[in-house]
Amino acid sequence: MAVFVYAENINGSYKKAAFEAVSYAKEIADQLQDTVTALAVNPTDPADKLYGYGATKVVNIQDEHLKSFSARAYAKALGEIADGNIVVFPHTTDASSIAPMFAVENGYALITNVLEAPSSTAPVTVKRKAFSGKGFMNAQAEGDKVVLTVSQNAFGTKENRVDGSEETRAMSIANEDTKVLSHEQSSGKLDLKEAEIVVSAGRGMKGPENWGMIEELAEVLGAATACSKPVSDIGWRPHSEHVGQTGKAIAPNLYIAVGISGAIQHLAGVNSSKTIVVINNDPEAPFFKSADYGVVGDALEIVPKLTEKIKALKG
Amino acid sequence: MKILVCISSVPDTTSKINFTSDKAALDKSGIQWVINPLDEFALSKAIQLQASQGATVTVINVGTDSEPVIRKALATGANDAVRVNLDPKDSFSTAKQIAAVAKEHGFDLVLCGKESIDYNGGAVPGMVAQLLGVPFVNAAVGLDITEGSATAVREIEGGKETISVQLPAVIAGQKGLVDEKDVIIPNIRGIMTARSKPLNVVEPSEAEAKVSAVSFESVPPRAQVKMVDAQNLDELVRLLNQEAKVI
Ligand SMILES: Cc1cc2nc3c(=O)[nH]c(=O)nc-3n(C[C@H](O)[C@H](O)[C@H](O)COP(=O)(O)OP(=O)(O)OC[C@H]3O[C@@H](n4cnc5c(N)ncnc54)[C@H](O)[C@@H]3O)c2cc1C
Ligand SMILES: Nc1ncnc2c1ncn2[C@@H]1O[C@H](COP(=O)(O)O)[C@@H](O)[C@H]1O
Repeated sequence: MAVFVYAENINGSYKKAAFEAVSYAKEIADQLQDTVTALAVNPTDPADKLYGYGATKVVNIQDEHLKSFSARAYAKALGEIADGNIVVFPHTTDASSIAPMFAVENGYALITNVLEAPSSTAPVTVKRKAFSGKGFMNAQAEGDKVVLTVSQNAFGTKENRVDGSEETRAMSIANEDTKVLSHEQSSGKLDLKEAEIVVSAGRGMKGPENWGMIEELAEVLGAATACSKPVSDIGWRPHSEHVGQTGKAIAPNLYIAVGISGAIQHLAGVNSSKTIVVINNDPEAPFFKSADYGVVGDALEIVPKLTEKIKALKG
Repeated sequence: MKILVCISSVPDTTSKINFTSDKAALDKSGIQWVINPLDEFALSKAIQLQASQGATVTVINVGTDSEPVIRKALATGANDAVRVNLDPKDSFSTAKQIAAVAKEHGFDLVLCGKESIDYNGGAVPGMVAQLLGVPFVNAAVGLDITEGSATAVREIEGGKETISVQLPAVIAGQKGLVDEKDVIIPNIRGIMTARSKPLNVVEPSEAEAKVSAVSFESVPPRAQVKMVDAQNLDELVRLLNQEAKVI
């Protein structure tokens, strides 16, 4: 019956979150001695990329109407193909919009923001995020049919090459109630939710004019940039960089917090990071209690020096 | 125009989260309840549309002990409220209650928050939209209403997309939907008038939950922080490279 997975792409290229979702689906399929079927909408990347993470079959949906995004139209398209008991989605903005509609329309239970492979598959029981990083919930689905959305950067990508085959499906889904008027996307900018390393800064930076050094540190590390809530409230940085309980929740391998005090609402969004470095001139800053490494001192002096040292390391 | 705003009642953001000794539920002792912060953006947007479009704003909550939080929402200027008398079990049964009320009363726009900060479902709004058979826009950071349609700006990875959807529609908002300074904080007069605004309590329609919470876990504490001297950043780089192996 296959474990189905939605492999999301951006302008045709599969996202890291798609490889993560396929890796996750493969783990479940192995538990069930089943195979993975990936569904892709208008991809340009070769299906081979998904075989690399364990998809035995890739259904390539070709539909002009789906070139503009509508959660409802996408849910309908996927519903015409996915008929297994378990359907996996990444928890990206788009996929997490499709999943609830898909689940309701096709009679699935929905468990979002899952962090690990299910601890049981009959019934499906799985650990998920709850209380914005302040706790976890073990959730159990009633019935056999369940949709899971996989929290980004939690399970990770796991290469697992299989022999696969691709099937192209031409579709024509009515997509009339939603019209895209404009689409702005900075290409090449590392997505904050997908980034392995994030350099984040707070009010301790004093003003937006000092963000150049944050961007330089991010650049040598191949990192995305983030900020605390007040920094985006005052307009020093865009809202899309706000992390925390009321902003984005992230889980990079390395989170570097510069001039951020470490309020409980901030920590809630970043404490799933594997390693946390805190740079703050106040030795009593609460963030040090939730850090792995700490440096006490003036960020405006430390950050440029750190950038130089990392440049030297990278050669 | 009729707007329905879905609000969820959640622990205040400063709350420490503890679980009951059997790990089966949130330990509610000492917790202050507030409107889900993301719903505040939706609610404030609705009140703006009330002023600019003459819209009526109805607040809905599915919950049993949420009246204080609903009154706070009324105090921001909402016209009336509905409380569905059911302790929410999962996203699906909650969405069904909201959809039932929306169907019965007929709304042009259902506004929600993108996610509740307690159970982090991010599921109710999309489910309501599908149950009503209407378009859904998630992660909205901008919204305008003109004759029968909504122009919404939604956040996408690395950018923004402006779309137009036919009404009725369900729109889930987040920070940016209104400016932080335009988030309405109730004043004394609002609080006084909220006391006498209609709050209709309705009994739930049939609701099957599809997901149950088996148990909860707290987050394990981090190991003791290692402090590195500011004059010795080589050591920090070494630790990140060789001990943590993250650079
Ligand atoms: C409902 C609600 C929701 C919230 N949600 C969030 C959220 O999602 N995310 C979030 O981040 N916050 C959130 N907050 C805000 C949170 O409570 C804190 O106010 C906020 O995180 C503080 O931001 P900050 O650390 O940048 O600023 P501050 O608290 O002002 O801290 C600045 C820090 O910089 C240090 N510093 C100053 N100068 C220097 C220097 N030269 N070098 C190095 N360090 C320096 C200071 O010692 C201090 O620790 C929320 C608050 C509320 C009420
Ligand atoms: N019990 C509830 N009553 C009313 N609205 C709710 C309830 N739970 C969730 N919502 C709405 O759905 C949004 C997303 O919630 P969730 O799917 O639980 O993350 C919230 O921001 C609210 O707008």
